[in-house]
Amino acid sequence: MRIAIALLSGLIFGIGLALSGMASPDKVIGFLDLTGRWDPSLAFVMGGGLVVAMPFYWLAARRGTALCGDALGEPGERAIDARLLGGAALFGIGWGIAGLCPGPALLDLAVQPLAAGVFCAAMLGGLLLSRRD
Amino acid sequence: MEVAPFSLVEPLAGGALIGLAAGLLRLGTGHIAGISGILRLGVRGPDRGWQVAFLAGLLLAGLAAAAQAGPRLAAGLEKASLTALVVGGLLVGIGTGLGNGCTSGHGICGLARFSKRSLAAVAVFMGMAFLTVLIRRLGGWL
Repeated sequence: MRIAIALLSGLIFGIGLALSGMASPDKVIGFLDLTGRWDPSLAFVMGGGLVVAMPFYWLAARRGTALCGDALGEPGERAIDARLLGGAALFGIGWGIAGLCPGPALLDLAVQPLAAGVFCAAMLGGLLLSRRD
Repeated sequence: MEVAPFSLVEPLAGGALIGLAAGLLRLGTGHIAGISGILRLGVRGPDRGWQVAFLAGLLLAGLAAAAQAGPRLAAGLEKASLTALVVGGLLVGIGTGLGNGCTSGHGICGLARFSKRSLAAVAVFMGMAFLTVLIRRLGGWL
């Protein structure tokens, strides 16, 4: 059941990402670039995502457990510290350089395997290097 | 500032589907749909079954979208230099690893559960991304 839900969630997530236009670095940079003609699309993607996700999160928190019976996962860290803010800053710089964040990069493997593959390999290297799991 | 012509339908519908996917995963399984974390743990996790399933769904969606939309799905990626791809990828990986989340984990899931940590992270990565693009513009690298 958990596996089926995760597969379906990944599928819907990817279709949404593709439909939103955010798999295109041009579209993302169009939002991040305030010097030319600004494209506000990404704000509506995030807004739309938040509005739909919130009631599910609220319902899950009210129930206290997930429908499959598992506990709700909570991030271990609580503090707003240098690690969080420094990491977010590095992520923002990388996002602004390539116009890709993790989801779109994985999606783009299907259309531009070489360019997206280089980005994803570097990203995965960075992810695995930055933490000890 | 001039606003470029844009359509509301695709961003809102696409965003709504992303929210639905994140909500479904949370309510159904209790997990958080943060792509950077799912990717990391899917490759190197103690119990990585659900992460692998989620990633398979995401990659499948990529194939479907590629068949439907073709190259315009990733418009602009063809212009990226090798340096931009490597440096950008490394920074995105290290940054989301240290900061414990990306646009989905902090931006959608974190904000949906009113996490102050996520709000701080979103403010910082958005601010830095705007600043990075501004510097690229001013330097003539964009």
